[in-house]
Amino acid sequence: MEILYKFLDKNALIVAFVTVGGIMYLGELISKYVLRKKIPGSAVAIFLGLVFAYMAGINSGGEKGLADIKGFSGMSLLGGSMFRDFAIVSTAMGASFLLIKRTGWVGVLSLFLGIFVSFIGGMALAWMFGYQDAKSLATIGAGACTFIVGPVTGAAVQASSDVIALSIAAGVVKSILVTIGTPWLAPYIGLNNPNTAMIYGGMLGTTSGVSAGLAATDPALVPYGALTATFYTGLGCLLCPSVLYLLLEKLL
Amino acid sequence: MVIYGVTFLGACYIIGQLIGDYLAKLLGVQANVGGVGFAMLLLIVFHDFLHKRHFFPAESEKGVLFWSQMYIPVIVAMSATQNAALAINSGVLALLAGIIPVLMCFACIPLISKLSNKNLSADGNSL
Repeated sequence: MEILYKFLDKNALIVAFVTVGGIMYLGELISKYVLRKKIPGSAVAIFLGLVFAYMAGINSGGEKGLADIKGFSGMSLLGGSMFRDFAIVSTAMGASFLLIKRTGWVGVLSLFLGIFVSFIGGMALAWMFGYQDAKSLATIGAGACTFIVGPVTGAAVQASSDVIALSIAAGVVKSILVTIGTPWLAPYIGLNNPNTAMIYGGMLGTTSGVSAGLAATDPALVPYGALTATFYTGLGCLLCPSVLYLLLEKLL
Repeated sequence: MVIYGVTFLGACYIIGQLIGDYLAKLLGVQANVGGVGFAMLLLIVFHDFLHKRHFFPAESEKGVLFWSQMYIPVIVAMSATQNAALAINSGVLALLAGIIPVLMCFACIPLISKLSNKNLSADGNSL
């Protein structure tokens, strides 16, 4: 067994390629034979990934899903931000600059609105659960933006560590919900064109959720949604601990 | 050669991400600001520029297209390494704070897209 684990660790990235190929094939099979192609294979595979991540997390107690299981450490490299961002950039090859330019200002509007709506929503819920101080409210509100904005805001306003943990959890729930929910909600919100995809990316902003959600809905829309979403976390880290936090402090 | 496409993609990635990091430093933000977005814009603009001058043969394009086809597998790997256990086991407030704002944002999307459609058709008329 030890030789095997050593081998798997040494060739981690290759093992990850094989593992992901296996998950995708399983997704295709389930899509074809169980769901009768009502849900595309890639969407099933993404969902399967989450299921494995959950089971692995329960078993190992770690934070990195399947990558915490012995021999699968390469999954965190293949699924990490470097490969993810690299692959997202490559999808821009088929995107139209003209369309992006036309949606430009609405994309910016959706970014600001997305951050405000999430912040206020998260904050209001925290208020209902008994949090009354600006620090905790701002941190949980920021966590409702993304799981990066939450802890960055929490650290900046010096919120307590359990509140910061809560904000990370809220952000992770958001990213998973966006991943699973997008293909289901897409028909209701008219998410079938580049214009709406850019607005969607700006409103929801979680890069992992948006990129996975669009991949499961229509891969052709990925570059448009990803383009606006990529500004969200930065803008959130800019607005939440500053303008929004100060506003909140004034109001309380 | 295929490697030229990968090099081109990598160069756009590096320049874009660096712009995002420096912009963040400039704004005093502890996260990359739009690095991927800048990289995508660079890729679109330079690819267009080079393609028109026949400096981007189909063979080189394969180096970029390979990665865009690897996109979904990479996303599957990403979802398999999410902290899904934390998301499900961390209490009602975390769940609600992750769910309700998302639904609110989804509800806003058709409104904004209507707004932009009006604007687009106005543009179309003026052309």
